[in-house]
Amino acid sequence: MKADMILIRYGELTLKGKNRSHFEKTVVDHIRRALQPYPAAALIRTHGRLFVELNGEPYEPIAERLGKIFGLSSFSPVVRAEADLAAMRAAALRAMKDIQPSPATFKVNVRRADKRFPYDSRELNHLIASHVLRHMDGLKVDVHNPEVELRVEVREEGAYIFSEVVRGLGGFPLGTSGKAMLMLSGGIDSPVAGWMAMRRGIRLEAVHFHSYPFTSERAKQKVIDLAYKLAEYADEIRLHLVPFTDIQTRLKQECPDHLLITLMRRAMVRITEKLAEKHRALAIVTGENLGQVASQTLASLNVIGRAARLPILQPLIAMDKDDIIRMAEKIGTFDISILPYEDCCTIFVPKHPSTNPNLRVVERFEQRCSWLEEAMQAAADAAEVMTLQEGGAGRTPVAAAFNELL
Amino acid sequence: MLLYFDHAASTPPDPDVVESVSKTMQTYFGNPSALHRMGVEAERLLQQARHVVAQALQAEPQEIVFTSGGTESINLALKGAAMQYKSRGRHIVTTQIEHSAGLESCRQLEQLGFEVTYVSPDATGAVRAEDVIAAVRDDTILVSVMHVNNETGRIQPVEEIGRALRRRSGVLFHVDAVQSLGKIPVLPKSWGVDLMSVSAHKLNGPRGAGFLFCREGVQLFPLIAGGGQERGLRSGTESLPLIAGMAKAVRLAVERQPDQWKRWHEWREWIADTVASLPGLHLTGTRSADEMAPHIVHFTFPGMKAEVVIHALEEAGILISTQSACSSRAGRPSRVLKAMGMPDSFCRSGLRISLGREHTADDIRTLCDRLRNVVHQLKPLAAKGDPS
Repeated sequence: MKADMILIRYGELTLKGKNRSHFEKTVVDHIRRALQPYPAAALIRTHGRLFVELNGEPYEPIAERLGKIFGLSSFSPVVRAEADLAAMRAAALRAMKDIQPSPATFKVNVRRADKRFPYDSRELNHLIASHVLRHMDGLKVDVHNPEVELRVEVREEGAYIFSEVVRGLGGFPLGTSGKAMLMLSGGIDSPVAGWMAMRRGIRLEAVHFHSYPFTSERAKQKVIDLAYKLAEYADEIRLHLVPFTDIQTRLKQECPDHLLITLMRRAMVRITEKLAEKHRALAIVTGENLGQVASQTLASLNVIGRAARLPILQPLIAMDKDDIIRMAEKIGTFDISILPYEDCCTIFVPKHPSTNPNLRVVERFEQRCSWLEEAMQAAADAAEVMTLQEGGAGRTPVAAAFNELL
Repeated sequence: MLLYFDHAASTPPDPDVVESVSKTMQTYFGNPSALHRMGVEAERLLQQARHVVAQALQAEPQEIVFTSGGTESINLALKGAAMQYKSRGRHIVTTQIEHSAGLESCRQLEQLGFEVTYVSPDATGAVRAEDVIAAVRDDTILVSVMHVNNETGRIQPVEEIGRALRRRSGVLFHVDAVQSLGKIPVLPKSWGVDLMSVSAHKLNGPRGAGFLFCREGVQLFPLIAGGGQERGLRSGTESLPLIAGMAKAVRLAVERQPDQWKRWHEWREWIADTVASLPGLHLTGTRSADEMAPHIVHFTFPGMKAEVVIHALEEAGILISTQSACSSRAGRPSRVLKAMGMPDSFCRSGLRISLGREHTADDIRTLCDRLRNVVHQLKPLAAKGDPS
């Protein structure tokens, strides 16, 4: 079945009374951007609904792009037929035959918006269903629990037929909830946390800490690749690469091993907060998951969280690891995350990190490190900023040099 | 000046390809597995090359295994799959007209206790999809069919076979696409192909490079063990210059395929008309555009040894070839033509003209003129008693 249009539905938007028009406008902007590579496709609003008129552009890649826009609850490929019984019957039959695997039960649901049409909805239900049944062996009608509901809408200008409902990502349109900084490590969790925050309408800037020579070029590239994956769901993401070697090595030399992780995490949170202030972000998003590692016990989270005044959002805090992994696979970050390059949270890890750090002790060590405040500011200032655009992984300077070769 | 018409044997590398091989060789000599910056850069280039090749096939990067060429790819596909899945069964289905790489791999597998069914082609040089499917048994683990025959240019029904095999779980499908990629559309994933072999130098790429498409989920027993490169399927430091050159060649060939097809097809018609107009020559295959690769014209000259025609044409400044380059030195009658049921005098007189991207209409005119002259000169000398 070759779709003529795509019917788009937004989800939770309906819940948000006053903001609705702002949200709608934002989601429409995102859809328009997704359609940019397909100039003939047009976004039209009619009868209070949103349609993409394909005008010959291919359905599949556009559907894939719509599947990456937050705020859409679902969409359906729609076939148009003439508002004439024979044409509608033929189109309905074709639509049914195209469904793979072939359903065993179905029902027809006709909405007749054009009341002048000679048959009413009930008659049309019957006329179309009987035609389909005659031409498809083994198919039955089930009005209560059909495998496929074939929807037909009869309007003045034509009949619209669809059955497939593709689930969208849901959530809120990107940007409608403001901006936050994501602490992006390179592991499995933080990209998923970022994605979940994005789904709630947050626009992200990612912050990554690297520790040359203890971490490698590959570890950094891995984070860039992860950020590119997230950029597929935003139009672009800014990535701040913060040099952390100096702070990390000095903390290692001057503080007790079992508190090192706590001190490092606090320094990272503070640097992120500095970047947040500079870039006007209102929260910090992390991939913390209660109890997963020593720094994620409630006691550790308490001590680390107190380093910041900004709220720390932890979308994964109560999730199971298996569910996080499933999400990472769905988003497309899992395969990158499991590449075996050390990031700065895994180097210098003591055998027995404290799971119950004492806030006062930690603060005392920080006071003793009189250089720390200055070093944190220096690290924030020295952060390298990259703007990663959706689909831009192939357009980086390195990739550009490669493009010439390939 | 010599005019080269043996592109099915090997093609001149595209100047852009030569440049990318040379630049890569000079710039990215780091070992992609090395930890330092140069290693990382080389690794990125390797990934990017894999991405480019995958895109040309509408496949995923992790489905591309770089090898040293078509022969290695075919060996890896056939023997690698047979060894990996031998506990499922020990029967393989292939055709009588495969390239020696496929045929000899099957012979080796027979020595190792596998059983192979060789499906025969019809008189036009194509196997029938039904015959291939009918040869599949409960213990069949692999079906291997070439896409375009390297000698006759006849297209094999791989899409149909792939579709039918989808319903037989546990049977892998290998396609030798060495002569088809860049010549006709090749879409392994939508055709249900599990393994597909390609060689770079057949599409204006460098010698010594090829790849195997290996659909996600298909496992192979590696033939070359070592440092675990290419997901462990093909160890050995990656030949990055050749791989980069191949990626470029594959991209260009696939991008230009539709336009190139039209040109080749027109010329093929022209040459085929010339052959058909010359008494004593017999065009091989069919005249249908759906059944013949656009870049190969094959014909026989019964009663005249193929070598004589080759040399006479060479004196006239035209280079063509007899059977496949890989078996022409043996001077034996063509096994492919034999399998098609041709008499011995035909099998000993097969001639192949194959076209390239750099050809012009003038070249084709020259070719046709000189072919006409040479055939007129030689015709009286042809052995009598041939069935023509």
